[in-house]
Amino acid sequence: MSNTHPTGLTRWLCSTNHKDIGTLYIVFAVFAGLLGGILSMMIRLQLMEPGQGFISPDNYQFYNVVITLHGLLMIFFMVMPALIGGFGNWFVPLMIGAPDMAFPRLNNISFWLLIPALLMMFAAFFAQGGAGTGWTFYPPLSGKSFGHSSAATDFMLVGLHIAGASSILGAINFVVTILNMRTPKMTLHKMPLFVWAMLITAFLLIISVPVLAGAITMLLTDRGFATSFFDPAGGGDPVLFQHLFWFFGHPEVYIMILPGFGIISQVIATFSKKPVFGYLGMVYASVGIGAVGLLVWAHHMFTVGMSVDVNAYFTAATMIIAVPTGVKVFSWIATMWGGSISFKTPMLFAIGFLILFTIGGLTGVVLANSSLDIALHDTYYVVGHFHYVLSMGSLFAIFAGIYYWIGKMSGRQYPEILGKIHFWLTFIGVNLVFFPMHFLGLAGMPRRVADYPDAFKGWNYVSSMGAYLSFAAALFFIIVMFYTLRYGKKCPANPWGPGADTLEWTVSSPPPYHSFDRQPDLKES
Amino acid sequence: MQNLRICNIFWLVALLIPGQTIHAAAPKNWQIGFQNAASPVMEQLVSFHNLMLIIIACIAILVIGLIFWVIWRYRASKNPTPQTWSHNVTLEVIWTLLPVVILLFMAYPSFRLLYYMDATPQADMTIKVIGKQWYWTYEYPDHGNFSFDSYLVPEKDLKPDQLRLLSVDNPVYVPVNKKIRILTTANDVIHSWALPAMGVKKDCVPGRINETWFMATKPGVYYGQCSELCGPKHGMMPIEVHVVSEEAFNQWVEQARKKYE
Repeated sequence: MSNTHPTGLTRWLCSTNHKDIGTLYIVFAVFAGLLGGILSMMIRLQLMEPGQGFISPDNYQFYNVVITLHGLLMIFFMVMPALIGGFGNWFVPLMIGAPDMAFPRLNNISFWLLIPALLMMFAAFFAQGGAGTGWTFYPPLSGKSFGHSSAATDFMLVGLHIAGASSILGAINFVVTILNMRTPKMTLHKMPLFVWAMLITAFLLIISVPVLAGAITMLLTDRGFATSFFDPAGGGDPVLFQHLFWFFGHPEVYIMILPGFGIISQVIATFSKKPVFGYLGMVYASVGIGAVGLLVWAHHMFTVGMSVDVNAYFTAATMIIAVPTGVKVFSWIATMWGGSISFKTPMLFAIGFLILFTIGGLTGVVLANSSLDIALHDTYYVVGHFHYVLSMGSLFAIFAGIYYWIGKMSGRQYPEILGKIHFWLTFIGVNLVFFPMHFLGLAGMPRRVADYPDAFKGWNYVSSMGAYLSFAAALFFIIVMFYTLRYGKKCPANPWGPGADTLEWTVSSPPPYHSFDRQPDLKES
Repeated sequence: MQNLRICNIFWLVALLIPGQTIHAAAPKNWQIGFQNAASPVMEQLVSFHNLMLIIIACIAILVIGLIFWVIWRYRASKNPTPQTWSHNVTLEVIWTLLPVVILLFMAYPSFRLLYYMDATPQADMTIKVIGKQWYWTYEYPDHGNFSFDSYLVPEKDLKPDQLRLLSVDNPVYVPVNKKIRILTTANDVIHSWALPAMGVKKDCVPGRINETWFMATKPGVYYGQCSELCGPKHGMMPIEVHVVSEEAFNQWVEQARKKYE
């Protein structure tokens, strides 16, 4: 039976094959990313000039719905499915020499749960009034009493519940697969860094997502069953919600960037034709980032009125994360040092990642100071910062991964020149969008406003122009992908040469249904 | 004081950065830095930020410079045969410890400033701020406990000297060079009372009272905006504070008590 290869609808709808499910995840992520990108366009169109934009002032709730959905789509339906479900599913089994994931049916349900979750997000967008709470949906704003009495907010919360269940199931699958299904001789300390990144990410998901689920459940019962976990009138506390939310929300940012770190490590080593520098340092830097990342959540809450000692602790803990992050950045540079670097598109995205992530990380160190954060909290400085680490960090890692592995996944190689054009369009575009946001934030422009004082108009205009360029780049990327799948050259088993030394490059492109006929033997080292 | 001298150097450098030198109480188009500090706390925040900016700029230049040097020096056409080393304990120890030292160097002024900002000094007066969808209510408990609501001035009613989305109908008045204690809370959802030029931002959380303070050192009109998403008109509930002499403030209190009681 294991040799039956389902085709057509059965292959895609009932798939238990990690590669097919991985493909579904990536297609889903690209689709959700385009939707999220359309929402970004709406945001930047609205903010291009001060005064009335395309949303009328009576309807600024719609603006809030747009920013809310933009955040949720990009985080839960674009970055996470692409990095974890997509590349994780595809390459964790291949890299550890396993024929598939440990629980193929669990894998199937964890993908298909995302579809109803996304439909719930649409419902939250279109249902009466919409859910305009921001992706953080702080109560009491997300409660029933203050503008969010319609079912839209419930749709959003239930949708997140489903997406969370999908993430937890996926994470369990990764942990079991990685711990149990490695080919003999592949000890933990010989696993590729991408697999390590996925293992740590999976643990972070298992620890943090249930806390979000708890918070959502309490919020739903506050809304639907008159409990008052977060309602001060009934003895509840809105700040409790923020603690629960960020206990999930901060690890979540590492969930979105750690797999990216893994991809960047593989890509840089491959195109420098040199093994990753300081492998153990890299592994334990990632472990350290994950561990400390669980203990810094309240740096999102420096203005809510926590005691000064708590603020001081969260400042110190947050700053500590800069140390393992620094180790990683320096190790990547040391990997390139002495190498023989070829500038294929994945490498361009990896180098772009290094530069932009460094900038985003450094503004993060500024924000870590709870004193300075008083001036910067909830301003566009924060928006600039987290888009540098996510919209440029995670997204550049995703693009690096797609160009790196598209030949392996599809059997067809992308056209190099088009990939490079896409890189430069994106690189220029995103910098134009997000760098001016730091200036706006310093000058005091708050986040999540649908209109702004005239003094902020110059940089907002620049930012919007950059956004149009970035979106054009995203559409160009879609064209490149279609071109690749349709007309791309046949891709050999290893298109990158001796630098690509992980197991996925030992099988054909695309790999056979069960990847390996026999357990691969690790010869080197 | 070594510390002071270092600060002075940073100030000199900071003066070269445009945007820091414009004297005004409201944000300006194409501004790239903070609004001018009008309170001791904000002055310290600005100088601490300048210090941080210089440190992170140096690190960014170092890292990005290294990247560019490496990709130029070790490009495949120049260096066709890669080296094979992948360990160097000395290097790893250095790049672990050096950031620790830099962080400690940042942490000292950071914590000093944090504790300085937190400790409300013996306040000269108190204003209670209540955030509501979408306006502010201000109470003056030390001056007869009068209170008033402060709404955005709609665009069509703007006077020539008023700013769109920043000016309000009933501004807050405070005396110059007095320590003002601000108590914040909210009636419905969470709001956040912010005054960038004074280095003030405090969430207004229903069911809680938060405390912060500022001392305005220069008379003038200062603006801020609600800084926590609070619904559709989140961007339409600005904060306008007039810092005036003590006499003018007392006169205003007289009128306000009549007007608002």
